[in-house]
Amino acid sequence: MTVDKLLVTIGGIVGIIFTYWFFLMKKEKVVEVSGSVNIIVDGGYSPSTISIPAGKTTKITFLRKDPSNCLEEVVVPDFKIREFLPLNKKITVEITPKKTGKFGFECGMGMFHGSLIVQ
Amino acid sequence: MEKKTYKVVGMHCASCVYTVEKALKSVEGVKDAVVNLATNKATVTHTQEEAVEDKLAQAVTSVGYRLVSDQPFDGHTEDEEKKKELKDLKIKVVISLILGGLILWGSFPWIMDTAPKLLQNFYVQLLLAIPVQFWIGLTFYRAAIPALRHRTANMDTLVALGTSVAFFYSAFVTLFPYLLPVLPIGNSSLSTSFMPYFDVSTIIIGLILLGRYFEAKAKAGTSEAIKKLIGLQAKTARVVRDKKEVDILIEEVQVGNIIRVRPGEKIPVDGVIIEGDSSVDESMVTGESIPVDKTKGDTIIGATMNKSGTFLYKATKVGKDTMLAQIIKLVEEAQGSKAPVQRLADIISSYFVPIVIMLAIGTFVVWYIFGPSPSFLFAMLNMVAVLIIACPCAMGLATPTAIMVGTGLGANNGILIKDAEALELAHKVNTIIFDKTGTLTKGKPEVTDIISVNKLKENGILKFAAAIEKGSEHSLAEAIVKAAESKQLVVSAVEGFRAIAGHGVEGIIHGDKIILGNRRFMNRERVSMASVSEQISLLENSGKTVMMLAIDSKLEGLIAVADTIKENADEAISLLQKMRINVFMITGDNKRTAFAIAKQVGIKKENVLAEVLPQEKEKNVKKLQSTNYKLKPGLVGFVGDGINDAPALAAADVGIAMGSGTDVAIEVADIILINKDLRSVAKAINLSKKTMKTIKLNLFWAFGYNVILIPVAMGVLYPFAKILLNPIFASFAMAMSSISVVTNSLLLKRVKI
Repeated sequence: MTVDKLLVTIGGIVGIIFTYWFFLMKKEKVVEVSGSVNIIVDGGYSPSTISIPAGKTTKITFLRKDPSNCLEEVVVPDFKIREFLPLNKKITVEITPKKTGKFGFECGMGMFHGSLIVQ
Repeated sequence: MEKKTYKVVGMHCASCVYTVEKALKSVEGVKDAVVNLATNKATVTHTQEEAVEDKLAQAVTSVGYRLVSDQPFDGHTEDEEKKKELKDLKIKVVISLILGGLILWGSFPWIMDTAPKLLQNFYVQLLLAIPVQFWIGLTFYRAAIPALRHRTANMDTLVALGTSVAFFYSAFVTLFPYLLPVLPIGNSSLSTSFMPYFDVSTIIIGLILLGRYFEAKAKAGTSEAIKKLIGLQAKTARVVRDKKEVDILIEEVQVGNIIRVRPGEKIPVDGVIIEGDSSVDESMVTGESIPVDKTKGDTIIGATMNKSGTFLYKATKVGKDTMLAQIIKLVEEAQGSKAPVQRLADIISSYFVPIVIMLAIGTFVVWYIFGPSPSFLFAMLNMVAVLIIACPCAMGLATPTAIMVGTGLGANNGILIKDAEALELAHKVNTIIFDKTGTLTKGKPEVTDIISVNKLKENGILKFAAAIEKGSEHSLAEAIVKAAESKQLVVSAVEGFRAIAGHGVEGIIHGDKIILGNRRFMNRERVSMASVSEQISLLENSGKTVMMLAIDSKLEGLIAVADTIKENADEAISLLQKMRINVFMITGDNKRTAFAIAKQVGIKKENVLAEVLPQEKEKNVKKLQSTNYKLKPGLVGFVGDGINDAPALAAADVGIAMGSGTDVAIEVADIILINKDLRSVAKAINLSKKTMKTIKLNLFWAFGYNVILIPVAMGVLYPFAKILLNPIFASFAMAMSSISVVTNSLLLKRVKI
C-alpha cells in the first residue's frame, strides 16, 4: 500500500469515527422549565430537551429563524399538535401533560428532534 | 416595510374611519394606514417589528373600536408567505438550471464540441457556478451550518456537503492546475483527466430545488381539507336589534343574539330556530347530500346553507364553540398526531443522515484504494453521488402526508377521525358491536301498525287513541300523538282523563268511555280479545308493544308501537358483513325485542347480546376482545351514542360515536360520524384500509429507493456490470423520490370510500 492510500484509509476511518461521535453520541442538556419557554428554531431546536411539570400548563413559544422548509412545521404527536411556524414569528402552543415520561417533538418531516421530559 | 390587513370591528360612519386611521398612524413604526368602511378593514404599512400588532390593537381599542387579526381563523398570511416562498424558489430553480445547463453544454463529453469556445473555458464555468453555489445554494448552507452547531444533520447537510465537494474540487482544478501533478492524488501521470465538475454542483442544486418546488406545491394540497373547512365560515350575520336588522361581523355575534337568515344565505353560527321554517343543505358539514327540513325548535349548524325559507334563530354557540370550529380543531389535531406505523420510519431517519455520511466516506476510501485509475476522480464522484442520492425526506413524508389526506377525506365525508392511530387501527377491526337504542334504532318509539277489528277505521282508532293519550306523559303516548299529528288528524276533547299505572289510560269522549292499554287493562275491564289474540302475539314476537283501544267495553282496534330501525341500518350491517366483519348488537332490552330488531337489520341471533345492564357493556367489549384476539388477530370496534356507551367506546380498540350522540360519547370515541349515517362505519374502515395501503406503498418506495440506490451510488454494481451513478442522475432520482411520495398521498384524494 502506497503512502497516499494509507493516509486516505486512516483519514477515512477517523472521519467515520468522528461522524459517529459527532452526530450519534451527543448528550442532551436538559433545560428545566416552569410556566413558559422560548424555543429558537434554527438548524434544530434550542433548547431541544426541556423538562416540564406534569399536570400544569406550559406555554412553549417557537420562533423560527431558519428559512429551510424542513423546519416550517413543528409536530408534538403525543399532544396532537401540528403548527406551521412562519419565519420570524412567535407561535405559542400550550401543553398540559397528564402523564410523566419522555415525549418527542420534531419538524414536519421528522428530521429534527427535541423532547419534553414530563416530571 | 410590511403591509398588513386587519379587521376593524365597531365602525359605522365616516368619522370612525378617520378616528381609527389617526389612531393607527400614531403607533410607532406605522408609515401609513388606510381604513375601508365597506369592508371593515384596515391596511397598515409598518416596519417589520414583532410587537407592532399588539400596539396597533391597543391604539384602536383606546379610541373605542376593536382590531381583529386575520390570523387565527383563516390561513391567509400563511398562504401568502407560502406563495412568496414558492415564487422565490421558482426563480432560483430557473436561474440555476439555466446556468447549470450552460456549464453542462460546455463540459459534458459528447455535447461539449457543439458549445461555443467561451463556455468550454474553465474560468467562465467557475464564474457561472459561483452564484449557483453561494447565492442559490445558500439555503442549504444556512440550514446545514446551524444544524451542525446542534450536532444534528439533515437533508441540507447532505446536499451542502455533496455540492461543496464537487465545487471546491472543480475550483481547485481550475485555479491551480499546475499543482495537480505534484499532489499525490491517484495516478499523477493522468493529471490531464482532472477536469472540473461545475456541471455537477450546479445541476444538483437546480434539480433538488426543482424537486422541492414540486414537493411544496403538492404538499399544499395535502392540507386542503382544513382550508376548505375554514373557508366555509360565513363572514357576516344579520342580527335583529331593537326590531331592526343590522349586518355585523361574525366575530361580533354573541350567544343569545337573534339572527335572520334568508333563502340562499349561509347560516352564520350554531343555534335554534325560533320562527319560520326552511330546508337546509348541511352537506358541507355533515356530508349528508339531501337537504334537511328545519322548523321551530330545530337546531341548525353554522356554515350550512339555507335553501328555501326565511327564519329567525337564536345563536347558541359562537366562535370556537361552533360545530364547524370544533370539526376544524379535531381535524387539525388528528393531522398533528402520529400513526404507530411511523415509529419505525422515525427511528431510521434519526440515524439516517450520519450513516449516509459514514457510507460516503467509506465509499471514497474503498474507491481510492481499489478503484480503477483515475481512482481519486472515481472516489470523489461516487462519494458525491452517495451524499446526493440519499433521501431522508421521502421517509419523513411517507406517513404524515397520507394521514393528512386521509383525515381530510374523512372530514369531507362526514367522518371525523380523532387521531392517526385510530385511522391506522380501524382497518384491523374484524368485530363490531352496535349499541341498539339510538344507534341502530331511532331511539324514539313510533306507531308501526294500526289494526281495525270492528267498525272503526285505522284513522279513527288513531284519532281516539291520540285524543286520550294527549294528557299522558308516557313515551308510547308521545308516539301515538305524533302519529296523529303527522296525519293531521283533529283530536277531540277528553273528559275525566285517568292514567292507571301498569295498565293504560281512560277517558270520556262525546259521552263514550274510551280505554287504551295492555292486555291486563282489557281483562280488568272485561273486554274480549279472543278474536285478535293471534295477531297480538305475532306483533309482540316482532318486538312491538301492542295497545288495545276499546270503546264502551268493545274492542275497536290495536295499535302497535316500536322503536324503528334507522334508515340504511340494514344496508350498513350488510356492508360490514361483506367486508367479513362479525357484527354484534348489544342492548339492555329483553331478548324478544332485541331479536326482532336484529332480524330486521340482519344480525345473527347468536350475535345478539341482550339484557345487558348499561354498566356491563364495557365488560362485554372486553370479553369479545379477549376471545377475538385468541381466535385471529383482529380488533373490536364499538358503535354507540349514549352516555352509558362511553365506557364501552373507550374500552373498544376503535370507538365510533354517532354525531347526534351525547358529548361524553363523542369525547371518548376515536371516530365520530357527523353525518349520522350508519353506512359510514364501513366507509371509515374502508378509508383506513385505503390510507394504510397508501402509507405502506409510500414507505416501500421511500425505503426501497434508499436501500437500492445508495448501494448503486456506492458502486457495488461496478465490478459486475460497470454501472456507476452520475451525481446528476442521483440528484434527479432524489428529487423524484420525494415528489412521488407526496403525489401518491394525493392520489388518495380521488379514492371513493
